[in-house]
Amino acid sequence: VSESKHGRKWDRCLADTVVKTVTGLGVGVVFSVLLFKRRTWPMSLGSGLGLGMGYSNCQHDFRSPYLIHGHMAKQEQTLTFTS
Amino acid sequence: MLRACLRGANATARTNFRRCRPNNLQQCRHYTAGEPSGGAAKVVAAGLVTVGGGVGGTILYAKWDHKFRATVEKNVPYSDQLLGLALGPPLQDVRSEKQVEVAQPPSMMDKKVKTSKSKSEKKVKEEAAETSPAAPVQSLEDTLFSDEASAEATHIISAMGDAPSVPAPCDTEAAAVKEECAECHHHDDSTVSAAVQPEATAAEAEPLRERPEEEVTARLALQDQQEQDVLAAVSVSLEDSLASSAKATLQAIGAQEAALQAVTRHTLRLKEAMEAEVPPQEKSAQWKDLEVSLADRNSAVDDATAALSKANEALDGLKSVIDESKGLKVSAVRPLVLAAEENLHNMVVDLDKAVTKKQTAESEAKIVSQYSELVNEAKLQFQKEVSSLTPEIQANWKSLTGKLSPDDLNALIAHAHRRIDQLNRELAEQRVREQIHIDSALEQQKLEDQRALEKAVSTSLQHVREEARLDQERKLSELREVMEAEMRTQLRRQAAAHTDHVQDVLKVQEAELKADAEQVLSSKMLEQETRFRQLSQEQLDNFTLDMNTAYARLKGMEEAIDSHVIAEEEARKAHQLWLSVEALSYSLKSADTDSPSMPLEGAAQAVKESCSDNDFALALSSAFPQESLQRGVYSEASLRARFNSLRSLARRVALIDESHNSLYQYFLSYLQAALLFEDKQAAPPTQLSGEDLDPFKLLSYASFCLEHGDLELAAKLVNQLRGEARRVVEDWLTEARLTLETRQVISLLSAYANAVGLGTTQAP
Repeated sequence: VSESKHGRKWDRCLADTVVKTVTGLGVGVVFSVLLFKRRTWPMSLGSGLGLGMGYSNCQHDFRSPYLIHGHMAKQEQTLTFTS
Repeated sequence: MLRACLRGANATARTNFRRCRPNNLQQCRHYTAGEPSGGAAKVVAAGLVTVGGGVGGTILYAKWDHKFRATVEKNVPYSDQLLGLALGPPLQDVRSEKQVEVAQPPSMMDKKVKTSKSKSEKKVKEEAAETSPAAPVQSLEDTLFSDEASAEATHIISAMGDAPSVPAPCDTEAAAVKEECAECHHHDDSTVSAAVQPEATAAEAEPLRERPEEEVTARLALQDQQEQDVLAAVSVSLEDSLASSAKATLQAIGAQEAALQAVTRHTLRLKEAMEAEVPPQEKSAQWKDLEVSLADRNSAVDDATAALSKANEALDGLKSVIDESKGLKVSAVRPLVLAAEENLHNMVVDLDKAVTKKQTAESEAKIVSQYSELVNEAKLQFQKEVSSLTPEIQANWKSLTGKLSPDDLNALIAHAHRRIDQLNRELAEQRVREQIHIDSALEQQKLEDQRALEKAVSTSLQHVREEARLDQERKLSELREVMEAEMRTQLRRQAAAHTDHVQDVLKVQEAELKADAEQVLSSKMLEQETRFRQLSQEQLDNFTLDMNTAYARLKGMEEAIDSHVIAEEEARKAHQLWLSVEALSYSLKSADTDSPSMPLEGAAQAVKESCSDNDFALALSSAFPQESLQRGVYSEASLRARFNSLRSLARRVALIDESHNSLYQYFLSYLQAALLFEDKQAAPPTQLSGEDLDPFKLLSYASFCLEHGDLELAAKLVNQLRGEARRVVEDWLTEARLTLETRQVISLLSAYANAVGLGTTQAP
């Protein structure tokens, strides 16, 4: 049903964003702990990355009906003889 | 967008500042003790500057780029007012250009109109100038035409809306021309009528001239009779007058000759008496004879004059009669007149001749008498003298030779000598005067001769003239006779030709009349035949008609009976159809809320079976959408409920479409849905305008329609949604379509079944 599709999309979107953000945060934490001497910036970077990715995915998901997929088509040259 | 960024930037700047402020403050505390609010002021100032710079930049860019200005005005509320305040109203170049263009063509048209009007005016004036000097009728007609054309042009021009400046003189001239032409027409009419009138009079006179033939011949006969009478009368009168005048003339001539003779005799006698030496007795006898002859002469002369006068009278009478008869204008009289005139002329000539002769004799006699008188005088004188001298001496001195004495003789001789001297002297005198006397006498004679000559010349001229006239008249009469003869021959020929022509015409007419009569006869025969045939045909036709009608009635009765059976069959079928359609419509009602009705396949099949021979019903029953047959359709109530839940979602995604579908747009759309309030239900207008296509309005219209049970209109309105809202309501729309389709088909079928049932149901 088309009206519930919208809601479902939001659910997916939000879940995805959260997951990504948390994952990013985690990765950031890991990196911060392992490589960058417990600085805060990898965490914010990671979370930001995750948030951004989630946002972008969400937007793409919402835009998907309106995207136009184009193909490059080679023009076939046909020779026509007129008599 | 920019604003948002700016805001974001400001917010971050503020947060940064807020973060740094404690540091700054701490640092500032270290370095400076004062200016705790300086930082805040700086921040405020910086913020204001940024804002002002942003606004100013936006405004400048908007001034430069009109599209940017339009987008800003569209996206940012109340920016259009601000930009209007700052920059002035947005330029509407295209529209003004168009207006300018539109203004130009009318002005050009005006110019053209003005030039054409001036041209026509000029033309009209020229024509007026040309025609005013010339005045013949043709040019008047031309000016009339041209004036009419110019008047039309002026009318057109005035109708175009310019200030009408119709040239007044042209109009008046046109009017004058028209009047003149009217006069001309009147004149023409009058002349025509005048021409007609004489024609009419001539036509009226025509019947007067044309007379029937009998009248003409009678008239001609009468005329001839009259002529004859006149001729007779005239001839009689002429003869009478001729006779009388001839008698008188002869008498006159005779008298004149007698007079002439008497005069000559007298003259002779006188001469003899003068000259002859005659003894006295004979002398006295002579003198007596002389006297007698003188008396004769006088009487003869008187008679002659009397006769002459009588003759003249008679001749005058004849002349008057001739003139009268001439005045009668009768042609046959002419030769008589001519003869009479000739006679008259001859008589006049003879009379004149006689008169002249007599006159010459008279003149001679006068001379002789004068001479005799003179001689007598001389003699007397001599006697007197002699007697005076010798009183005793007697007249006859010859007898005195013995009685005279020598004294007397000497006295006598002396007297004689003296007398001779005297006479010689007188003779000499007379010789001297002779010439003068002769000259005077010659002149007198000349004068007399001239007078006589003139008279003679005039009389002869008159005679000659008369002769010439008479000759002419004679010739004229001869010519007339010749011409009359010719005319008679021509008329005879004409008459002959006429008779021939009349014969031919009669033959032709006969032929024509025969042909006509035959034609009439044949046509009448034909008519009769056709009538007979017509009547017989009619009879046949009537009989056939009667037979046909009887047969047709029989057939009709048979058909009625058959159709009764058929009708009953039809009624049964219709009944069945109606029942099946009712079943179908009942099955629709089996839909609950949130679940569709039962599948309509079975009912549709039943309907198909019940209307197997009806194409219309078959077509309708196979027009069900597949979904409704397989799955069934939702009821209106379920759709209504669904719509209500759908509405909020549609409101929320109202701003999203192909171009606006980023998450930010989603945020804005949610914001709009939260902030915008519209009527729950609003009555839709009869015609949707552009602003009614707003999704919120459409949804409120659609709810109104649904609440009032108009699913169709609601679906139509919902169909107007675009973009994401449309995608969201797509399923609902499909369901609504299905329901509507099915309901439409069923309603059609039921209407049809009702109609058929009504037609065939019979009351028991």
